Amino acid sequence: MKNYETIIGLEVHVELATKTKIFCGCSTAFGAAPNTHTCPVCTGQPGALPVLNRQVVEYAIAVGLATHCEITRYSKFDRKNYFYPDNPQNYQISQLYLPICRNGYVEIETEQGTKQVRIHEIHMEEDAGKLIHDEWEDVSIVDYNRSGVPLIEIVSEPDMRSADEVIAYLEALRQTIQYLGASDCKLNEGSMRADVNLSVREAGSGELGTRTEMKNLNSFKAITHAIEGERARQIELLEMGRKVVQETRRWDDNKESSHAMRSKEDAQDYRYFPEPDLVPLAISEEWIEGVKARQPELRPQKLLRYKEEYDIPDYDARILTQSKHMADLFEAAVRLCGKPKKVSNWLMVECMRLLKEHEMDPEEIAFSPEHLAKLIELVDEGTINGTVAKEVFAEIFASDVDPVDYVARHDLGAVNDEGALRECVEQVLAENPQSVADYRGGKTKAMGFLVGQTMKAMKGKAAPGLVNRILKELLSD
Amino acid sequence: MDIMQATAVALGRKIKEKEITAVEAVEASLAAIRSREPQVNSFLAINEEGAIERARRVQREIEAGRLAGPLAGVPVAIKDNLCTRELRTTCASRILVNYIPTYTAEAVKRLEAAGAVVIGKTNMDEFAMGSTTETSAFGVTRNPWNPEHVPGGSSGGSCAAVAAEEVPFALGSDTGGSLRQPCSFCGVTGIKPTYGTVSRYGLIAYGSSLDQVGPIARDVTDCAVILETIAAYDRKDSTSIKREDLVFSQGLSDDVKGLRIGIPRDYLGEGLDPEVKETILEAAKVLGEKGALVEEFDLGLTRYAIPAYYVIACGEASSNLARFDGVKYGYRAEEYQGLHDMYKKSRSKGFGAEVKRRIMLGSFVLSSGYYDAYYLKALKVKALIKQAFDRAFASYDVILGPAAPATAPKLGESLGNPLQMYLGDIYTVSANLAGLPGISLPCGMDSRGLPIGLQLLGDCFQEKTIIRAAYSYEQTRPYRRSPLAAGEAMQVGQAAAGETMQDGPLAERRHL
Repeated sequence: MKNYETIIGLEVHVELATKTKIFCGCSTAFGAAPNTHTCPVCTGQPGALPVLNRQVVEYAIAVGLATHCEITRYSKFDRKNYFYPDNPQNYQISQLYLPICRNGYVEIETEQGTKQVRIHEIHMEEDAGKLIHDEWEDVSIVDYNRSGVPLIEIVSEPDMRSADEVIAYLEALRQTIQYLGASDCKLNEGSMRADVNLSVREAGSGELGTRTEMKNLNSFKAITHAIEGERARQIELLEMGRKVVQETRRWDDNKESSHAMRSKEDAQDYRYFPEPDLVPLAISEEWIEGVKARQPELRPQKLLRYKEEYDIPDYDARILTQSKHMADLFEAAVRLCGKPKKVSNWLMVECMRLLKEHEMDPEEIAFSPEHLAKLIELVDEGTINGTVAKEVFAEIFASDVDPVDYVARHDLGAVNDEGALRECVEQVLAENPQSVADYRGGKTKAMGFLVGQTMKAMKGKAAPGLVNRILKELLSD
Repeated sequence: MDIMQATAVALGRKIKEKEITAVEAVEASLAAIRSREPQVNSFLAINEEGAIERARRVQREIEAGRLAGPLAGVPVAIKDNLCTRELRTTCASRILVNYIPTYTAEAVKRLEAAGAVVIGKTNMDEFAMGSTTETSAFGVTRNPWNPEHVPGGSSGGSCAAVAAEEVPFALGSDTGGSLRQPCSFCGVTGIKPTYGTVSRYGLIAYGSSLDQVGPIARDVTDCAVILETIAAYDRKDSTSIKREDLVFSQGLSDDVKGLRIGIPRDYLGEGLDPEVKETILEAAKVLGEKGALVEEFDLGLTRYAIPAYYVIACGEASSNLARFDGVKYGYRAEEYQGLHDMYKKSRSKGFGAEVKRRIMLGSFVLSSGYYDAYYLKALKVKALIKQAFDRAFASYDVILGPAAPATAPKLGESLGNPLQMYLGDIYTVSANLAGLPGISLPCGMDSRGLPIGLQLLGDCFQEKTIIRAAYSYEQTRPYRRSPLAAGEAMQVGQAAAGETMQDGPLAERRHL
């Protein structure tokens, strides 16, 4: 088989975190009863007119600036015409000719080092409603609550070469947008959606192969699998001497495969033209400067600050800042307890372990920084030992319990009663003469075993410092 | 004197001075409608009970001193492409036969806030596409001057209702002459304001970048006062303009001394009916005698205006009318197999021939591969036409010409030759392309006894200048009532009109 190169470009839709819709005052809140967040504008009533939400522009500019784009000073909206019942006007207000941002890039880390993925453009548009097909009744019903929710579409150049690079690009975008507060970027809830354009070509060839577009990718896992599957499918076609057909394919998460939705031949003609109900958008220097001034601290600045201000190693700082939510949690807990290293340690070790165990994203962390700070205090003042602390942390992680209450309620406070401990240690030594002999004979490792036995006897509640001291005392006797 | 003979402002004054009540004014209007509708058919819906109830409330407000404006208690008819809450709004199309809006158009809201009482909704060309009101799905409207002739269009119902003295004033809309041309055919006065002056919120769009709502009344004073009432910046319409100079009645002065009036030679050439030409030039002479400086000049580009207009208006319309699909409201075919069949059948049966023609034309000019050659080109022509007017307005304050190449054609003469019908918009479409204000007012009669309309165009935001010129001209000739309003026997076609009424929705519309 020949050596093939995969060429990937992405179209990423991001739902913006505005309170109201892009062209009317209806709420964007998720999960309301069907058609309750609607008005004449977002249900396409005759005579209704769109009015642009300024915050949408503000977010789009912010994302554009953070991804090194040029901001289009004279931007326009266009109508994309197509019939579908989730689209009440039967046209979508989008941007074709003069999108708000152009010519940017995002930096990603690859095995070969830092790489730039270029951004062709970012444009603003409205989301459609949601169709629900009731197969039992053989009808379809439509909910327009989502109709008019603001989106930005970020179109990359075909600069990615592997699934890993695609994931790195999406992670980078997601981080940036979350840091800006412009969206929560949840793939599983659809607030971030990625369409993958993929083609293959013989390595070294200067020409691009025929590409396909893949839709309905709701997780990084699906994206990775879809890319691998599509690459293999296209290579197989070429190896058999057949051609790749330019088409849109739909990923099926259950079957872990994609199928053709429509080919280029039946691609629709969207009959784009300038939206006559909206005036061109003139973006002043002051507005852009204002957005810059209001921009929160982004990840690169945070990384530097964590090293300087908290003396956190680079690797740890990267993990802590991977999600804005985690970074916010870290900073809040540090403000409360003043112990950056300890907070970092809890997040880096126990928190990451639990996230992995529960297959959760850092965004889904639900505990409060107060409780983590309190936990650290409890350990430092010797109220609980490390083993208990881990158990309490798991409870904090799972249901955000107050560690002080929890420790009191479950009687987990460490035993600091020297007399009781000494009794217990004496008992352990008496039961383990071999280990005692080993230790005295110079095998210091035996100490660990004896500590463990003591802890076990104390049901994990013994203050470890105290246990160590008593053991050493008694063993040196 | 008959209450309905009074102009809107005169009627408002009578109500204010307690000569009559708002309820009496509304009842007089309803009585006129009852007696004249069988002959004219200007209305699609009559809001009888609602109007009387509303008049009672308005009367109480007037008496309490809370409503003192010039239009308080005055009945008004609304073109059926302006949404009226709880009052059926159809655009004279089968596809909206059952559509009852949940909100009221901004222009109508402003009239209601000023105390005007909505009597009903007027007939029009379907979705304002037409120049005769014959494309209405609910029967034709007849010209109050001669029932064998059309009232013009698309605001034919509103103009006929005013000319027939069924109402003292009405609202119309103008995309390419839809208000000025029927005013001319019906012998009444109307203003298309500068684009962006009256909110389009609630105006069911035809060509969004060209549509404007305007007043139709029996004299210039009424039009200025009504326009003053409906014009305002509206944040719900992004194309609405913040203006400070909205007191249009300030333009009502009989003084044209030194006013520079230009007559485009382009408007006097081939295709213009000689009688219309003579009458228009006579009107220009009258203004000249009153001290205006009148001269002819070459405007240029006139022959490109019609194609540019139809490309832009139809392109926008093909998209604007996409929402009428049977899914959310309006007409849905009774039987269909699946989504696409539902779309196809609902739209095939719901739209009339002229609307379909324009949707197809518009879809074509926006198609990939044709967009640059048609739509984009038309936008360039539009910009050039605006430049030609900018040059003209450097030399002239007012551009004078006919509102239409001829007087009202007979019923049934126009639809057979759509291209000919489109060419009839030659003098009006440029104002829409350039966004200019224009006024159309009666200036004489042809030998068949049909009114001739004079059109005065001003530069953007110069409504007061054209109002002044129109008002000055108006002082030189008395208002002529239509035979229908004056109670003279309609010469022909009464029986024919009666037939239309039976076929049309008159019986059912009373209940709406």
